[in-house]
Amino acid sequence: MLSRRSAQLAYRLLTSTYRPALQPRLPVQQSGRLISHSTVDPAEVRKFQALASKWWDERGEFGALHAMNDLRVPFIRDNLLSVHSARQMGSPLSGLRVLDVGCGGGLLTEPLARLGADVLGIDPVQDSVRIAELHLSHDPALCGRVRYRACSLEELADEDEQEEEGFHAVVASEVLEHLADLETFIQCCHHVLKPGGSLFVTTINRTQMSYILGIIAAEQVLRIVPRGTHDWEKFISPVELETLLESTGFSVECIRGMLYNPVSGAWSWQQSTAINYALHALKRREEPQSDRVESESEDEAASRSTA
Amino acid sequence: MLSLGRIRLAAAAGRPILSGTGRGCARGFSSSELEEEPGRAESDVYDIVISGGGMVGTAMACSLGFDPHLQGRKILLLEAGPKKQMDKAPEVFSTRVSSISPGSATLLSGLGAWDHIVKLRCKPYQKMQVWDACSDALITFDKENLQDEMAYVVENDVIVAALTKQLQTLSDQVEVQYRTRVVKYTWPRPYQVADSIPWVQVTLASGQTLQTKLLIGADGPNSMVRREAGIPTVKWNYDQSAVVAVLHLSEPTENNVAWQRFLPTGPIAMLPLSDTESSLVWSTSHQHAEELLQMDEESFVDAINSAFWSNENQSELVEAAGSLFRTALTILMPNGTSTRQLPPSVAGIGPKSRVMFPLGMGHASEYIRHRVALIGDAAHRVHPLAGQGANLGFGDVASLTQVLSQAAFNGKDLGAMQHLLEYETDRQRHNLPMMAAIDLMKRLYSTNAAPMVLLRTLGLQATNALPPIKEQIIAYASK
Repeated sequence: MLSRRSAQLAYRLLTSTYRPALQPRLPVQQSGRLISHSTVDPAEVRKFQALASKWWDERGEFGALHAMNDLRVPFIRDNLLSVHSARQMGSPLSGLRVLDVGCGGGLLTEPLARLGADVLGIDPVQDSVRIAELHLSHDPALCGRVRYRACSLEELADEDEQEEEGFHAVVASEVLEHLADLETFIQCCHHVLKPGGSLFVTTINRTQMSYILGIIAAEQVLRIVPRGTHDWEKFISPVELETLLESTGFSVECIRGMLYNPVSGAWSWQQSTAINYALHALKRREEPQSDRVESESEDEAASRSTA
Repeated sequence: MLSLGRIRLAAAAGRPILSGTGRGCARGFSSSELEEEPGRAESDVYDIVISGGGMVGTAMACSLGFDPHLQGRKILLLEAGPKKQMDKAPEVFSTRVSSISPGSATLLSGLGAWDHIVKLRCKPYQKMQVWDACSDALITFDKENLQDEMAYVVENDVIVAALTKQLQTLSDQVEVQYRTRVVKYTWPRPYQVADSIPWVQVTLASGQTLQTKLLIGADGPNSMVRREAGIPTVKWNYDQSAVVAVLHLSEPTENNVAWQRFLPTGPIAMLPLSDTESSLVWSTSHQHAEELLQMDEESFVDAINSAFWSNENQSELVEAAGSLFRTALTILMPNGTSTRQLPPSVAGIGPKSRVMFPLGMGHASEYIRHRVALIGDAAHRVHPLAGQGANLGFGDVASLTQVLSQAAFNGKDLGAMQHLLEYETDRQRHNLPMMAAIDLMKRLYSTNAAPMVLLRTLGLQATNALPPIKEQIIAYASK
């Protein structure tokens, strides 16, 4: 039985990977002020920069992500449809504004747009966004519904002060395990969502199983994912995530386990969330202040009735 | 880096992972048609273009147009010929007819075309008798009670006209261009490379170029789509041509039986068209077919009648063995033998209605490529002896529509290989056994060598005596 300590040790021994040679420089805003609580990890950015051109090769490094669309697109679609009924046949998500955080090359952004949603895809890796825009440019039907920006979520959240109302849904698929600051990220998600909006997350659990299968098997033995893609320390368990979400004003609607079959190259749903899992949460409509307002109006109503 | 996805795809295709041919394992296009446009074309990008507006192509267009998940997609049908419209059935029957199975009728009914077909002209039949010229063996197929139809005989023009009428109601969903010929197809790379256009480009005779995310080839047995895509085809020409004609029967009859007799030169079939007329499909050697076309009408009619009625091909050995076997069967399974009935006699033929065309078998080894799918005769071409050609095509339409509908509902790129592979697997599993059976039948019945005749005689009699087997055959052919 691997204890967490020995797991860490074993992991460090076995991987000779993406440890940045230099101490990463903290990102700096144009005004020269350091950005505090940045969710973006520069080491991660470099990792994905190197792979930017491989996004759209379905049989390449990102093959498993392409295959994951078979699960995550229906998951997002069906959960959104249960909240908002379909406006139009053939475009079940039309009229919905969706934010795809960590969109990469646009693997998930494009299917959501095909279903009719207006999607904004953001990613800190400039090269990925360029690839996404290039892939999009050939499809005139999608061009009107998709926008890409190379930025981080907190940059978007900061601007959003002046923006219109928020998004109907935020999708953070295979992102949480690459972040530097999870709490801030969740808070930003909360900020940019409309009340009652949906948050969709797919990520990896932090268990022995996920270490064996997700790191050793997937990265080193079977090479399903490039080496060093994942850092086991950053995996988050559904319980921790749920606690974090609930304390940030979300209510978790459902959590489902996912399993990748390397032989068939296909994903399937499973009971256990030991390795990969998908989560759907709703931003709670009530704000803390409104509780007080409601109780005050209740008092008023009570005093009126007694008067 | 060894990619498992590659193994999976190649395994699914049943082909070697490392292939020495230009096709490789990514099902790319080995031809030199990989052109890269310098800038991005401004022409419209269609979601689906169907090349070929025959029965199967038009049915495909209707089927996609009516599908709820494909609403809002840009669909185009290209047809080289003129628009076929028919307000009422013409006086004279057409020689090109198809035997439509209940499964195909269900598809057509779902498209709203079956109502038009019934109003125009169609002939249901309840029973089929198939027998040998070299012996007394025969097999009859009929549904339990003669109430249910086994299949329907419909003229091909009627089917196309009915589907065209339905297509007109879909004018804002499906665009149709008649009298439009394609001169060139340009294929995309399997995935995005630099600035290359990822879509299939279709160049028309008019010089216009279209782009599409998925090209469906419904352009018949000599499919240009299949040829240009470099899809290898297993094919051979039977040394046979089919002579088709419209026959006038000697007297009106309740014409609800389909007749087929296997002569040594090939099968002769009579399908009912009405109470007074039937359709002839006579598959025979090229030379004999030419002779039949040259004969005067009276001799031709005599030849038909004698082909159905005469017993000159029977050898004594086979006759003795056959009747012995039949006696045995009568004891074992009293209901397992049928008495041979004779088809109605022919008095004349329809005016100017004798035509011949060569017969062959063809099967595309792949039905799909990246952004390409083949349906109908473009994918598979069969001998008419089992009346299955059109039905296999309609089966393709149903399967591909279902696959594309689901893909659209999942937000997928319609030309992606993953779901196209599902279509291919589904249809090949169904079509290949059928085609093998038809080919086997054709070869088995092409000889009058005594051992083969004996084998098929006994086999036919035995099959006739076993209702479960016959039911299986009917069920398979009815899909």
